Amino acid sequence: MIKFIIKRLVALIPVLLGVTLLVFFILDLAPGDPAKTILGEQARPEDIAALREEMGLNDPFIVRYGRYMFDLVQGDLGTSYKTRDPVGEEVWARLPNTITLALTSTVVAIVLALPLGIIAAIKQNTLFDGISMFISLLGISMPVFWMGLLLILFFSVKLGWFPVAGADQGIRSLVLPSVALGFMHMAAIARTTRSSMLETIRQDYIRTVRAKGLPERDIITDHALRNALIPTTTVIGLQIGQMLGGSVLTESVFAWPGIGRYMIQSIQGRDIPSVMGCIIVFAIGFALINLLVDLIYGFIDPRIKAQYK
Amino acid sequence: MSSVTAEKGNGQVSVKKKSQLADVWKRLCRNKTALLGLVIVILLVLIGILSPIIFDYETQVIKTDYSSTLQPPSAAHPFGTDELGRDILIRTLYATSTSLSIGVVTVVVALAVGLVLGSAAGYFGGKVDMIIMRIMDIFLAIPGTLLAICIVASLGNSITNLVIAQAVSAIPKFARVVRGAVMTVRDSEYVEAARAIGAKDTTIIFHDVLPNSLAPIIVQTTLEVATVILSIAGLSFIGLGIPAPRPEWGAMLSASRSYIRDYSYMCMFPGLAIMITILSLNLLGDGLRDALDPRLR
Repeated sequence: MIKFIIKRLVALIPVLLGVTLLVFFILDLAPGDPAKTILGEQARPEDIAALREEMGLNDPFIVRYGRYMFDLVQGDLGTSYKTRDPVGEEVWARLPNTITLALTSTVVAIVLALPLGIIAAIKQNTLFDGISMFISLLGISMPVFWMGLLLILFFSVKLGWFPVAGADQGIRSLVLPSVALGFMHMAAIARTTRSSMLETIRQDYIRTVRAKGLPERDIITDHALRNALIPTTTVIGLQIGQMLGGSVLTESVFAWPGIGRYMIQSIQGRDIPSVMGCIIVFAIGFALINLLVDLIYGFIDPRIKAQYK
Repeated sequence: MSSVTAEKGNGQVSVKKKSQLADVWKRLCRNKTALLGLVIVILLVLIGILSPIIFDYETQVIKTDYSSTLQPPSAAHPFGTDELGRDILIRTLYATSTSLSIGVVTVVVALAVGLVLGSAAGYFGGKVDMIIMRIMDIFLAIPGTLLAICIVASLGNSITNLVIAQAVSAIPKFARVVRGAVMTVRDSEYVEAARAIGAKDTTIIFHDVLPNSLAPIIVQTTLEVATVILSIAGLSFIGLGIPAPRPEWGAMLSASRSYIRDYSYMCMFPGLAIMITILSLNLLGDGLRDALDPRLR
């Protein structure tokens, strides 16, 4: 198991190198002179030239990338053009907010999706099946930012139950963003749970336990669910990745002080190092989540665990 | 691609050529929700084609009219007007053409590149496969929305850059699907036969392999149009999408944020438009998946 984890972590290194190179390359294409951004349009040309030299902007691409990576492995994400503060600190301060939102919305998604998917499968082709699949289709089709706006409209503006934006009211602030983001991801999880549950309850071993006279409830919870949940776990993992993208929009709708919102603000301010830092952190997070999902399979499915050795 | 079936009719034996396409169409027609999706998609395409013809862009779509700002829905303006006095119904309809055309163009570009990369990787295997797919893995290691944001943030938000950004995030997905599809038919006997009579690799790929791997590619294409439209709306919502004043659903929703307290109707119709579009494309995509591959049912 440990060997497997180490192997996977090592395999992450070339991917992350590729990701950083790709992101660094894309953001390097951005027009405009960073030195000018920092000093302002009125700055004297010699000052700009001096700052360019000091920041190493005149070096070739590969040298700048090497320097960035050298700093990155030491945990340094560069310096913001706008505030001249270390990007790492800015991102670090906002990371807990983004993680909290991702976790709570994952919980919302799972809590909504599992019952919907399981009951839809057990009661296949009934009205309940139809309704729950329609709800999950809505989840796929509704943009998260529109869902957010509607939630704000009804629960904040009309009913006044939750704050419109921000994060200063504790759990009350967290409810609407989590529901908006979670609802969007509920859909895929519910659909996968339904189809894998349908497949599982038709298997021979389920027929066997049913023949043995086990109550239907125990058949589902003790025997079917465990096997049916393997594809669900995969989708939850994939969804968390998508959730990172969705969280940028959700944080923007609810003015949630996370990395996504910081990234948008940085883009508007043309603060390239901050944008870079945010995307790198998202990409590392995405890779680690995928690894975590792979490990969780092992706990659910001993057949997969056997392959880890 | 056609099968010959003998059918008995009126006591006579007739040989009828039944194309696979007709088969797929028949199965699609049996699926009511897929058919509903198809009908809505056709309607949306019609709206997309007709609204630039019916409405004058300069005077009806983008012209500000300070005498009629923020009017709630009425007979003159069924969806109301926005903060600049523009008719929300006309803008919502007009935005259909923007979203659909960008969605389709992006997917065509991504499909073309994905086809070449995916079929090369799937057909040749070995080193070619490894190099192409490792590069694709790197693109897939960044969530699509973030990659698109990154590209638009760097290049600036024009329609061309938006297409590039979305296409780049979609290419790996197509490459993967195409590669998988190609690999399943690569070793079949008719491909071997084509190779035996000395057909060139490109001929085999485009003539023999791809036509037989179309099903998953068609499904992915339909679903990807939905993803791209949703993603463009998202980018426009955070100010990185279609530049103003061209109407776009996400941008319209973004503008409605400041008026949500008193003019909540503003945030209804563009959102509904996105939802209906994505819903119908998803219904159609799911239906096509079932119709194209009956085994998956």
